[in-house]
Amino acid sequence: MENAKDAVLDYVRKEYLEDGDDRVVEYDTPLISGGIVDSFSMVSLKVFLETKYNIQIPDAKATPEAFDSVNNIVELLKGFGVN
Amino acid sequence: MSYTQTTRSIYGNQLEDLRKQGIFKEERSIYSRQNSDIEVAFPIGAEHKHVINMCANNYLGLSSHPDVIKAAHEGLDSRGYGMSSVRFICGTQDIHKELEKKLTEFLGTEDTILFPSCMDANAGVFEAVLTDEDVMIADRLVHASIVDGMRLCKAQQDTYKHSDMAHLEEKLQLHQNKRIRLIITDGSFSMDGDLAKLDKIVELAEKYNAMVFLDDSHATGFIGKTGRGTHEHCGVLGKIDIITTTLGKALGGASGGCVSGRKEIVEMCRQKARPYLFSNTVAPVVVSGALEVIDLISKTTERRDKLERNTAFWRKGLTEGGLIIKEGETPIVPVMHFNAKLSQDFAKTLYDDGIYAVGFFFPVVPKGQARIRTQLSAAHEMHHLEKALDAFLKAGKRFDILHKTKQEVIAMYGQ
Repeated sequence: MENAKDAVLDYVRKEYLEDGDDRVVEYDTPLISGGIVDSFSMVSLKVFLETKYNIQIPDAKATPEAFDSVNNIVELLKGFGVN
Repeated sequence: MSYTQTTRSIYGNQLEDLRKQGIFKEERSIYSRQNSDIEVAFPIGAEHKHVINMCANNYLGLSSHPDVIKAAHEGLDSRGYGMSSVRFICGTQDIHKELEKKLTEFLGTEDTILFPSCMDANAGVFEAVLTDEDVMIADRLVHASIVDGMRLCKAQQDTYKHSDMAHLEEKLQLHQNKRIRLIITDGSFSMDGDLAKLDKIVELAEKYNAMVFLDDSHATGFIGKTGRGTHEHCGVLGKIDIITTTLGKALGGASGGCVSGRKEIVEMCRQKARPYLFSNTVAPVVVSGALEVIDLISKTTERRDKLERNTAFWRKGLTEGGLIIKEGETPIVPVMHFNAKLSQDFAKTLYDDGIYAVGFFFPVVPKGQARIRTQLSAAHEMHHLEKALDAFLKAGKRFDILHKTKQEVIAMYGQ
């Protein structure tokens, strides 16, 4: 089964990069501070994580810092028992 | 708590940070009526200068139209200056109901409710009609007031890539288990000047049993053959469930906005929308002016037709002259510079040459997408546009960006 790290990376690339986008997203790429995901479209990432892993991420934990890279997101998911 | 030196320095430091980042906003004082020619002092206190205005939302040139001013005067005399009340206590006059009826007819909807602004309409409508059983699926480039309104609502939020219909369809499929799906879009996107694919959006809404929300603030009065808006342009009049729009742009430019659409939704707003319930009624003078505006634009399409001709001239002139613009058909024409400082310097050069336009850069637009957003008006005469075009091309030559590709401009100035 695909691990969370790869699943999140794959989702971020598909969800936030446009066709022909020359930006590169890796595990440690800054997403929010790097301007790839903004505070508005970040809600889609939250919907994805909650739907895929059947969890509820409280707003207090869904912060721009927690969502600022794939690595950070994976750390957040560990708190919900997702690896 | 008193306002201590420490508190003062907290704000002082934040303001200083904004200045250092180059994103501190400064106002320019205008000493004339809003028009295509204005008298400006910039910075405030500087010598007054007469300039051609290329950045107002005065699309139909009605902000200072004599008939509108006359109607506003008459409204002031007959209905007074203010109502000192919210609508549902003692703030509703006959003219408020009359304006709501006229807007309903003009927009081709079932009913309309006025708000103090479209910002307020967007802040109030979602919370009034949706619950946590529902989902809002928004285009990623919708106006900031919609983002704020969505955040005040308990329904789930999701977004789709700008005008990407395949992505919207994926999201509609994902949320089939929700009670209500609401697709949210601007009609004409304010920073890029492109139009929503509203016909496709309505098609998807019908396929996946969703409602459609449209903010048509940058379209009402001039987009579509008779100026009804993006829904007329896309052939979906009567199929949009919720339209919000403003009286603060093409429709006279004073203030006020509305929610127009399905009658039950409008009634829900009357019962539950907090900016309607808890802020003052739109002033009688504004309502009277707006009534005249609706009459003017219902009688003839002359002004929107002139705006269309002005837009075509301006887009063609800039493109043939060698500047990069965002393609489209609306009177919002962004001239692309990509680099924030270049857009600021370009705007300063234009101002020195008698043209008033403003540079936009991150965070107002994405990084590397700095631009000067120009906006056409039916108040522009050909001599205004010829002079403005000449100034833009002169500035383009000075900064050596004429007939250059995006990559070449970025190579010269950075992103």
